[in-house]
Amino acid sequence: MMTAATAHITVRNLTMAYGDFLIQRDLNFTIDRGDIFIIMGGSGCGKSTLMRHLVGLKAPRTGQVLYGGQSYWESDAAQQRRLKRCFGVMYQSGALWSAMTLTENIALPLEQYTDLTAQQIRRVASLKLALVGLRGFEDFYPAEISGGMQKRAGIARAMALDPEILFFDEPSAGLDPVSAKNLDDLILELRESLGTTMVIVTHELASIFAIGNNSVFLDPETKTMITTGNPHTLLKECANPKVRAFLTRGAA
Amino acid sequence: MEQAKLMVFPQQDSLLFQLSGSWMLQTGVPGADESLRQLRSGTAIRRVAFDASEMRGWDSGLLTWLLALADYCNTHAIDIDSSGLPDGVVRLLALACAVPPREGAQRSVRKKSLISDIGNDTLDAARITGEFMRFFGESVLSLLNLLRGRAVYRRSDLWLIIQDAGVRALPIVSLVSFLVGLILAFVGAIQLQNFGAGIYVADLVGIAMTREMAAIMTGIIMAGRTGAAYAAELGSMSVNEEIDALQTCGFSAMEFLVLPRMLALMLMMPLLAVYADLMGILGGAVVAVAILDLTWLEYFIQVTKAVSLADFSVGIFMSMVFGIIVAVIGCLNGIKCGRNSQAVGMATTSAVVSAIVMIVIASAVLTVIFDVLGI
Ligand SMILES: Nc1ncnc2c1ncn2[C@@H]1O[C@H](COP(=O)(O)OP(=O)(O)O)[C@@H](O)[C@H]1O
Ligand SMILES: [Mg+2]
Repeated sequence: MMTAATAHITVRNLTMAYGDFLIQRDLNFTIDRGDIFIIMGGSGCGKSTLMRHLVGLKAPRTGQVLYGGQSYWESDAAQQRRLKRCFGVMYQSGALWSAMTLTENIALPLEQYTDLTAQQIRRVASLKLALVGLRGFEDFYPAEISGGMQKRAGIARAMALDPEILFFDEPSAGLDPVSAKNLDDLILELRESLGTTMVIVTHELASIFAIGNNSVFLDPETKTMITTGNPHTLLKECANPKVRAFLTRGAA
Repeated sequence: MEQAKLMVFPQQDSLLFQLSGSWMLQTGVPGADESLRQLRSGTAIRRVAFDASEMRGWDSGLLTWLLALADYCNTHAIDIDSSGLPDGVVRLLALACAVPPREGAQRSVRKKSLISDIGNDTLDAARITGEFMRFFGESVLSLLNLLRGRAVYRRSDLWLIIQDAGVRALPIVSLVSFLVGLILAFVGAIQLQNFGAGIYVADLVGIAMTREMAAIMTGIIMAGRTGAAYAAELGSMSVNEEIDALQTCGFSAMEFLVLPRMLALMLMMPLLAVYADLMGILGGAVVAVAILDLTWLEYFIQVTKAVSLADFSVGIFMSMVFGIIVAVIGCLNGIKCGRNSQAVGMATTSAVVSAIVMIVIASAVLTVIFDVLGI
């Protein structure tokens, strides 16, 4: 399904701030269609904040976020809604709706945006839960499953509508190695067969090298990005000591 | 886009599913039930195969249909020949089946009958009463701990809570008690004027406000304003496991969270009630001056003659009791709150409703007791 790389998301001169508190400035990078794009950087450098900008939850201080050439923040409400339909987001803390069962959590977007029958929606929800290894937990409430399982349920909800772009905020934090490996396989497979673009915040080196083919590295001290590109290339060629330390666990 | 189409070709001991069109969620896919029925009706089917050469596109719609089929086949020892399916589909299906369903995790929904409902409600009522008693007992113990100087809580919290339950409540208490005094005086004035006894409006308003109305009105206001806030605050704390975190740090939730709130309301409610007394009497004065042609001075002198120290103390005592009721019920509902957002709403509702009910019951009981004691 993959064709020659076309830009899917373009970030231009993006500056992010909470009030007077500057988080990151002058971010410039491009995410191609079908990329598995990794957002890297130390804790608190603004990775989740960058994700909030990419999914349209927070307006940039300056700069633009373009989807296939269309600027999100300069579109009207109807266009923004159409763009948002192509996003699936998994939040760092899961953000499952606590008063609904896992099935209901996944069913809500399906009920809203498709014409499927209740029975079919239930089946789709079971499938999504099966893909993240949660078969049999359909009727559990979020508070009744473990933290790692909540994470995976959040991923299942993000995938509900087979979105064009999936955003995962630290999906493998709190997962056991086997579940984390299954998750990596799932991410690769979704990209391979459905052509989904993935934007993933993660610290897992194994995962970064196993799945990532593009990335950006944010630096909390200089408050800007150091570099962008394929993590393997960065490991081989990037001379910046911070990036090297990150990608080699401080060994070099 | 082309609609998804499905044709089934039975062969000796196998079924061939021929898929065509686009199998997307957006455009709708055939339900799995129909296909399952065909599987079931065909006798001795050992194998299913697929032909997807005419299929134009797919997403979870196809996978959903396949997973239902695969589940049936796995439990009935039917072989699945997936060679006719796109590679991506096969791999995703393998991922979906990688982790077997957790045994025993499935929920069965039990049917409920009226009788079991009534039984459960009765048991619940007994349990809740028991819980309230235990909670109240524990809060009294923590109060004793405080008197011995051993309770652990944050002084700064206490001041913030006192400020919120005290000064911040003045505007609404002023408004409501002023109007209650005004209404009492107005209703009384019309009747008393008939007998030429207009001056006794001062007795009516003074005694009613100081003995009962000020305490009840502030109680109800604080139940809606502060009791609800306590339930919502502690409720969302327990949803986020913050209360568990306090407990593992060695703090007692009772001393750390409930005690300051109870203290704040025990101290502030009587003060608010005194204030409400004054505002109510002032409201009565406005009516007395405007309708009954009394002077301000005449009215206030009559009030001081009518209201005894006993009336005043009864009101103060009641408001302190109401303060404890509001704080304990608010905190109890918050701490016992379930683990989801809906539960916080229910805890808040239940805190306000049961606090108001308890206030009314308590005031009736106390009135009878004082009457018997002749106070
Ligand atoms: N709502 C907020 N208001 C103000 N500052 C915030 C807010 N959310 C996050 N921050 C600050 O922004 C910085 C980046 O946060 P975040 O994007 O969550 O980091 P991370 O890279 O670990 O995901 C942190 O220093 C944090 O203190
Ligand atoms: Mg983060």
